[in-house]
Amino acid sequence: MISRRDFLQASMAASALVGASGFGNWAKLAAQQRLTQDQLLEFETYGNVSLIHVTDIHAQLKPIYFREPEVNIGVGKNKGDVPHVTGQAFRKLYGIEDGSPRHYALTYDDFTALAREYGKMGGMDRVATVVNAIRADRPDALLLDGGDTWHGSYTCYHTQGQDMVNVMNALKPDAMTFHWEFTLGQERVRELVGELPFAALGQNIFDAMWDEPAAEFAPYKFYERGGVKIAVIGQAFPYMPIANPGWMFPDYSFGIRDEHMQQMVDEVRAKGAELVVCLSHNGFDVDKKMAGVVKGIDVILSGHTHDALPEPVLVGDTIVVASGSNGKFVSRVDLNVEDGKMTGFRTKLIPIFSDVIAPDPAMAQVIDEQRAPYAAELSEVIGQTDSLLYRRGNFNGTWDDLICDALIEEREADISMSPGVRWGPSMIPGQDITREDIWNVTSMTYPEAYRTEMTGEFIKVVLEDVADNIFNPNPYYQQGGDMVRIGGMGYAIDVSKPQGERISDMTLLSTGEPIDPAKNYVVAGWASVNEGTEGPPIWDVVEAYIRRKGTVSVTENDSVKVSGT
Amino acid sequence: MNFTRRETMVIGAAAAAAATLPMPALASKTEDLIAEFTGGAEVGEGGVMLDAPEIAENGNTVPIEVSAEGAEAIMVLAAGNPEPPVATFRFGPLAGAHRAKTRIRLAGTQDVVAVARMADGSFTKTSKTVKVTIGGCGG
Repeated sequence: MISRRDFLQASMAASALVGASGFGNWAKLAAQQRLTQDQLLEFETYGNVSLIHVTDIHAQLKPIYFREPEVNIGVGKNKGDVPHVTGQAFRKLYGIEDGSPRHYALTYDDFTALAREYGKMGGMDRVATVVNAIRADRPDALLLDGGDTWHGSYTCYHTQGQDMVNVMNALKPDAMTFHWEFTLGQERVRELVGELPFAALGQNIFDAMWDEPAAEFAPYKFYERGGVKIAVIGQAFPYMPIANPGWMFPDYSFGIRDEHMQQMVDEVRAKGAELVVCLSHNGFDVDKKMAGVVKGIDVILSGHTHDALPEPVLVGDTIVVASGSNGKFVSRVDLNVEDGKMTGFRTKLIPIFSDVIAPDPAMAQVIDEQRAPYAAELSEVIGQTDSLLYRRGNFNGTWDDLICDALIEEREADISMSPGVRWGPSMIPGQDITREDIWNVTSMTYPEAYRTEMTGEFIKVVLEDVADNIFNPNPYYQQGGDMVRIGGMGYAIDVSKPQGERISDMTLLSTGEPIDPAKNYVVAGWASVNEGTEGPPIWDVVEAYIRRKGTVSVTENDSVKVSGT
Repeated sequence: MNFTRRETMVIGAAAAAAATLPMPALASKTEDLIAEFTGGAEVGEGGVMLDAPEIAENGNTVPIEVSAEGAEAIMVLAAGNPEPPVATFRFGPLAGAHRAKTRIRLAGTQDVVAVARMADGSFTKTSKTVKVTIGGCGG
């Protein structure tokens, strides 16, 4: 059993960062002087095993701003539970002071003011410094990458993931699992996975033809660390061919496959595993449910839904750790394993303040090498922003409002749709928007900005379908994205209703008239999962729009009325 | 850059099919088929396993597996299809395993039902909801 005392220790480690009260009235330098690298790394080594978890980096090699969500609604049993707690309520729950570094890192409000004080976060050279420091404490720490690593930037797209493979190889992880990687296409995935100097894991990656475990991906791997026999079981994103274009990787099938997961846990226990770690890309609520269904997992390192939690969540005897996204955090998980049982843990979600943590020079050089061939294209300034641009939130974000406006204007549409993905860094008012910034929120291998006609009835079907992927009360039916973003149309949603009854009051904003189910509307969108979609890449559409505007301003969007929370 | 109105795309027809939900008439059709299979006997729970994905990767070919230790027969129904019967697997006395695996087509989100007739003549049932979705917005 995990003792209450160790749980308290975990929270204390998490609270090691002490912030100052008040915000907006002291200079950036003063703010940073209150933070030191030693303070960020401070950790009393515990037990006999250390795990280091990074996940959902989305190819962000350089420091970025990343605003956490304001709206993140939990449904069913997860209503009101983390990670569905945001802003002030989140700070109250974890005892985080207003205006403190952790306020900035973990919550959304006063983002622009705090971003100016605390600076950008992440950067794989800073992540390398943190990983090296943990390895100095515990040389045989296991470094585990939860996936969504080879996706999300200009250089990653143009090198087909090679830049990230090179950088991660330099960081020397012990294993990884997968999601967006597969959108590179199955040939490229096999090519990259075949050369990895570490384990490519996924107990739920199956051969689609034979419905058997795929040969290229091991379900688990054993490690002996600190005298402890550790099994790491991989769990790739379960809904890859549904949420992403299945035609790009037709040989593979996924799914949660929790019965097969149980078989793997039983198998590794029978082979003598004293500690069972699941490296997961399920998403947090799915992981919580799976922790209750599958018996015998000690630690789930959770990815996909981009949640950053200062403490693990306990489900029975399993701890579920969420380590954020975009290189903004690294989790350190120290465990005590005795006589084949995990008896305690101590964790720290280490925020990567890029102005406080020194870049690792060797990694900085590797990163520069990846970017150098594209320096001119990356740095070209396309325009400026007057507004805070961010993506995260269940229904809309200003980046997608901008993209939806661009689609309507550049593609002459009545209504526009932008996918509810959770990747894409933020920008603060006054920043230049470079080509790299545009690619950071649009880069993908199916970027075609389509233009088509849909009936009002079909638009409702789309909204109902996507809404059920987020708000179905059973986490196993949730795909972990956010609601499709809509431009040019408002609607009301009652998240507590079943599929088919959630969406109402669809209104065409340009005329104020209700959407007619029988009428055809011109709809522009991007990221269709259908093969053969045609149109210019979304980054060209957005670049043309920003170039034309010069400076972009995004006004507050209140076109989605939410109830049933 | 010029974009023309000709650069269009078509969302697959399968998406429209996904909107069709099982009608009450189909539910009673399923009830009737179960009653026919059991001869009206009471149907218990447990002892029969149905493995199906929570969300179908492709509604046109959904892998499912049924098993029931010691069963004489297992009937599989897709409760929301226009024609719910999928298959009835029969196991002889010398069968080494009471397990069957196949792929089925689902017209939309619906319950897949498995009913087993055990050697002692009793019946047991399980079901699982399989979602058929448009997809496309994973984070």
